[in-house]
Amino acid sequence: MSTPIRARILQEVVPADGEGRVAHGMPEITVPAAALLELVRRLKDEFQFDMFLDVTAVDWPQRTPRFDVVYHFYSTTHLLRLRLKTRVPVAEPVVDSLVSLYGSAGFMERECHDMYGIVFRGNADLRPILLYEGFVGHPLRKDYGKTQEQPLVPYRT
Amino acid sequence: MDTPVGARLPNPIRPAFDRGERDDSVVVSIGPSHPATHGTIQVIAALDGERVQRVDVHCGYLHRGFEKECEDHTWHNLIPYVDRLNYCSGLINDFAYCEAVETLMDVEITPRCRYLRTLLSEYSRLADHLTCVAASLMELGAMTAFLYLVMIRDYIYEHLADLTGARVTYTYGRVGGLARDLPAGWLARLAEILEQYEMFIARIHGLVDRNRIFIDRMRDVGVISTAEAINFGFTGPILRSTGSPRDLRKDMPYLAYAELDFEVPVGIKGDNYDRYYCRMREMDESVHMIRQLMNMLPAGPINVDDRRCTLPEKHLVYTEIESLINHFKLIMDGPDVPAGDVYAAHEAPNGELGFYLVSTGGGTPYKVHVRSPSFVHMGGVHRLLEGYQLADIIPTFGSVNMIGGECDR
Repeated sequence: MSTPIRARILQEVVPADGEGRVAHGMPEITVPAAALLELVRRLKDEFQFDMFLDVTAVDWPQRTPRFDVVYHFYSTTHLLRLRLKTRVPVAEPVVDSLVSLYGSAGFMERECHDMYGIVFRGNADLRPILLYEGFVGHPLRKDYGKTQEQPLVPYRT
Repeated sequence: MDTPVGARLPNPIRPAFDRGERDDSVVVSIGPSHPATHGTIQVIAALDGERVQRVDVHCGYLHRGFEKECEDHTWHNLIPYVDRLNYCSGLINDFAYCEAVETLMDVEITPRCRYLRTLLSEYSRLADHLTCVAASLMELGAMTAFLYLVMIRDYIYEHLADLTGARVTYTYGRVGGLARDLPAGWLARLAEILEQYEMFIARIHGLVDRNRIFIDRMRDVGVISTAEAINFGFTGPILRSTGSPRDLRKDMPYLAYAELDFEVPVGIKGDNYDRYYCRMREMDESVHMIRQLMNMLPAGPINVDDRRCTLPEKHLVYTEIESLINHFKLIMDGPDVPAGDVYAAHEAPNGELGFYLVSTGGGTPYKVHVRSPSFVHMGGVHRLLEGYQLADIIPTFGSVNMIGGECDR
């Protein structure tokens, strides 16, 4: 049941300036950031990808544009997962938020903003979620040192 | 929200609101230092009398840089670390992580390992659900039920310690297999524990199911519809309690689940009572599966014969130069995982536990991301709390079974 839908998605949805492939059994589409929101809306309305599973980013400091933003969706109708990737530069790490389509986007985009500094345009609530107010920087970026500390409460000496 | 007591220290959070809908609304902060919020969750609630108007949930108090740390260790060295995500069912984390790495390496595990992992996943699910049901019953004052359930859980922990050497953080999965095979007599003791489980779970049903106090606190409290649950990315018992039979073990069968006979219990209206009952029924299904698996376990090796990930046998390390080098390279450099990315998910006791791994080749991951059900659930839990009583926060939060380790990572 899931094989025809996989082929259909890759035939119909991938825009001209994007690319599609199947990686370890999962369809994966790479699109420009500007086309993302419209594509996700189509996937949700026409292909029943009704669950937004996850969003994260991957930092490639040597590459331009520097970040991959990686989305995972699931269709409870077709029982199929799908991965979406888009690339954003470090100077303007902005993608459209999916909060208008999925309730789960709120928290997950906050986490991605915390960790990588990706700005989700349209998500009004990008307050720190796993980090705390006043934390400087984005710890999962490769240029943030692992031992770099910002204690909120001074250490007792 | 700065209180005089903590005025000298900055507030780690910024609440979304500082007043309620009405002039006489009260805003209270619940947790994180509260046993019912597991010490890690802070709930800012605007109250109209006892009714909760609006809540703002904050997590992160148990954030320890899991994903950052993972980028600095070999693929194998992460296994003790993933144990500590959902510390009520560490084995399922191990197996989901190992499967993700094995997919990248194109390694197929041996049949005995496949069945053993399935058996232990279900055994872990049993322990996790026992913990959740026991804790939520205790929070409602049912101390007897709590003691019955954690007694069984303790039998399971001790029994898993016989196998893995640890009660909670097992470090038992290996890329391409398992740490060790079953000790003698392990399955016989397993059968005993399952019988004791059945005896005590019958008592829980008798104590709780039709108990007026319990029903009044649980029925029609924390209700969520299927559509809204899907919208908020809810998976696992919360989604199933709304009547939607979505379970990765059936929908995208992994390990040996395709060969097992089991049902996916669902609820009727997605309230606290349904979540309780779904977990109770899922435990019965897990026991049913474990009994099938005990008879299906094939003989044979538990580790694949693949020098890229499996350590050579110890006596060979001491006698052959090739095995010595192999051992050294696997320990010092880590298994050589081809470049690529993969998302692998298992049906953890709380829902979909996914690992998104990125490799650039070599022994250390480039990125490890965990899609943890608890974190996603915290993104929608306000829908379960708003509109109900302040006191309902405790059982509703308990029925969500937030696990700080995987929520905050």
